[in-house]
Amino acid sequence: MGNQGLLQHLANGISLGSLYALIAIGYTMVYGILRLINFAHGDIFMLGIYITYYGVLFTSIPWWIVFIFASVFTGLIGLLLEKVAYRPLRESPRITILISAIGASFFLQNFGIVVFGGRPKAFPIPNVFNRVVKLGGVSISMITFVIPLVTLLLLLGLTYFITKTKTGMAMRALSKDYETASLMGIDINRIISITFFIGSFLAAVGGIMWGIRYPQLMPLMGVMPGLKCFIAAVIGGIGNITGAVLGGFILGLGEIMLVALLPKLTGYRDAFAFILLIVILLIKPTGLMGEKITEKV
Amino acid sequence: MKRRLGLLLLVLVLAVASLVGCGEATETDQADDAGETEESASDDVIKIGVFEPMTGANAAGGEMTVEGIELAHETRGEVLGKKVELVIVDNKSDKVESANAASRLIEKDEVVAIIGSYGSSLAMAAGDIVKRGEVPAVGCSPTNPLVTLDNDYYFRVCFIDPFQGTVMANYAFNELGAKKAAIIQDVTQDYSVGLSKYFVDAFKELTGDEDSIVEISSYNTGDQDFTSQLTNVKGKDPDVIFAPGNYGESALLIKQARDLGIEVPILGGDTWEAPELVEIGGEAVEGTVFSTHFTAEAPVTDVSEVFLEQYKEKFDKEANAFAALGYDAYMVILDAIERANSTDPKDIRDKIAETADFMGATGIITLDENGDAVKSAVIKKVVDGEFEYLTTVEPN
Repeated sequence: MGNQGLLQHLANGISLGSLYALIAIGYTMVYGILRLINFAHGDIFMLGIYITYYGVLFTSIPWWIVFIFASVFTGLIGLLLEKVAYRPLRESPRITILISAIGASFFLQNFGIVVFGGRPKAFPIPNVFNRVVKLGGVSISMITFVIPLVTLLLLLGLTYFITKTKTGMAMRALSKDYETASLMGIDINRIISITFFIGSFLAAVGGIMWGIRYPQLMPLMGVMPGLKCFIAAVIGGIGNITGAVLGGFILGLGEIMLVALLPKLTGYRDAFAFILLIVILLIKPTGLMGEKITEKV
Repeated sequence: MKRRLGLLLLVLVLAVASLVGCGEATETDQADDAGETEESASDDVIKIGVFEPMTGANAAGGEMTVEGIELAHETRGEVLGKKVELVIVDNKSDKVESANAASRLIEKDEVVAIIGSYGSSLAMAAGDIVKRGEVPAVGCSPTNPLVTLDNDYYFRVCFIDPFQGTVMANYAFNELGAKKAAIIQDVTQDYSVGLSKYFVDAFKELTGDEDSIVEISSYNTGDQDFTSQLTNVKGKDPDVIFAPGNYGESALLIKQARDLGIEVPILGGDTWEAPELVEIGGEAVEGTVFSTHFTAEAPVTDVSEVFLEQYKEKFDKEANAFAALGYDAYMVILDAIERANSTDPKDIRDKIAETADFMGATGIITLDENGDAVKSAVIKKVVDGEFEYLTTVEPN
């Protein structure tokens, strides 16, 4: 492999990694605040892409406005999901909510098959993103520049929101101790709704970026990215937003390099991701940037 | 606590991994609109089972095939004075589901014959089941030789991959003047691996050069990112790339190849004949060439003309190879039932095996000792988003 090949592989890895990072942010945020692994995240991501697809197809609104509306709308669906599937179980053991999340995930997948049909659809890519930039011998598509930028902006925005605003402070209080937080006058329901709205909004943004990069829409398309981003979130330290971004990049680059350097192992690409997860859980269960968990007394 | 959290997560991961595995298996059984007359006086009804992928990675292929089967059923809904009933089951593009679907058709619905499936791996998954159940199956478009080999109960109305692979190798060598080829195959599809192998053999023989295949790269069904395989292929500088696989994955692969600046021709097989290839691939798939079974532009028999007309009337679009093969598979079975003058699956099997000079929509069908049809191949090219007919290649 020449230098050029290596650089190209690097660019490919960054492109995939930033996508994983983008989707992992929403995953990890919901966990960080509610201690709930939202397994339906990947399917919300799928819904986000389909909503965008129909928005672009059936309206004559400029694409970027559709993108914003679709993301907001997906956020509202996430909010609804929390109301229906998670809120009634809030007082139940954590494992019950988790199973409810898995159920919600299967429901959304089959809902997708019934409503959108089994045949794949093609994502309408705005022309701006179809351009390819050549740097030396390395070809990089426009979207490869856009995704890391979007990821970075959302990362900064979200960090600001959580650390500096009042709602963000309430979220953090909630994550520390939910009962005390409610005693302090924090409207728990409102904060959890906001959390789910933002999480699902982020899933939709990730979905749109995914659709532009890999324009094949299928009802089960959220399953693998959902699992991969869960892995990315755990690698980075689940609950830690910067960690999720780091985990996404590690996973994306790792996958690309595995195929690039050891072509014989291509078939084990997905297995690689899961092995990485198991290794992390064995040697550093809190992830690379995870906070130390101290027993609450 | 730290330990416990880790353990909890680990257990979770394993639980989810196993759930994902059976996730597809537990989806709603949306099998039969056709099976509504369950257990009704089965004496006046002849049941023919259909198992095709209606969801998942091969959904488009299965749907096109079923359209053809339904059209044939409308055209000829009776045999031996009895009504024919179709029992259509979705095998979800999944090998396990496919085996289950075949078992269900034989055991629960007690069909006398089975049609399907698109996708060689899906057909092969049902191979042992139809053999043990002693119910004949006729495949519409599974082209891997292993589908019918050593299986007296499996037949097909299409050509097989040793021929298809040679046709494309010839095209690459003679028409494109290629001296070096790279292969990108889907290792989870018997179709893709088999077809690639026959292409490789034929291409090496044509060039007389053992090193004429510069790279063999692999991916899995469901992969979305092919950039690392393509970057490796680009480094080997081939004259042509042969990449048979599912239309969806292939469309993404071609698009990513063009984005990476790979400009050489990319060739594929019959699975590429799906509108999704062009919809998903867009401008990138322009100029790609593939082999297939049939073209509306050059009808081969009188039946083709009738089929094309009926199809256009019913679906208001141009017919495709898979619909035509579905149509033929149904007609071959009905013809066999008529000649057998019996609804016993074993008698029907014997008569299907004797099928000779049958006038089908896709050509004259004569089944050889393996149960395969020997037919011509059609080469098509993507031009302005349409599949343009290039030429027909006769078997030798």
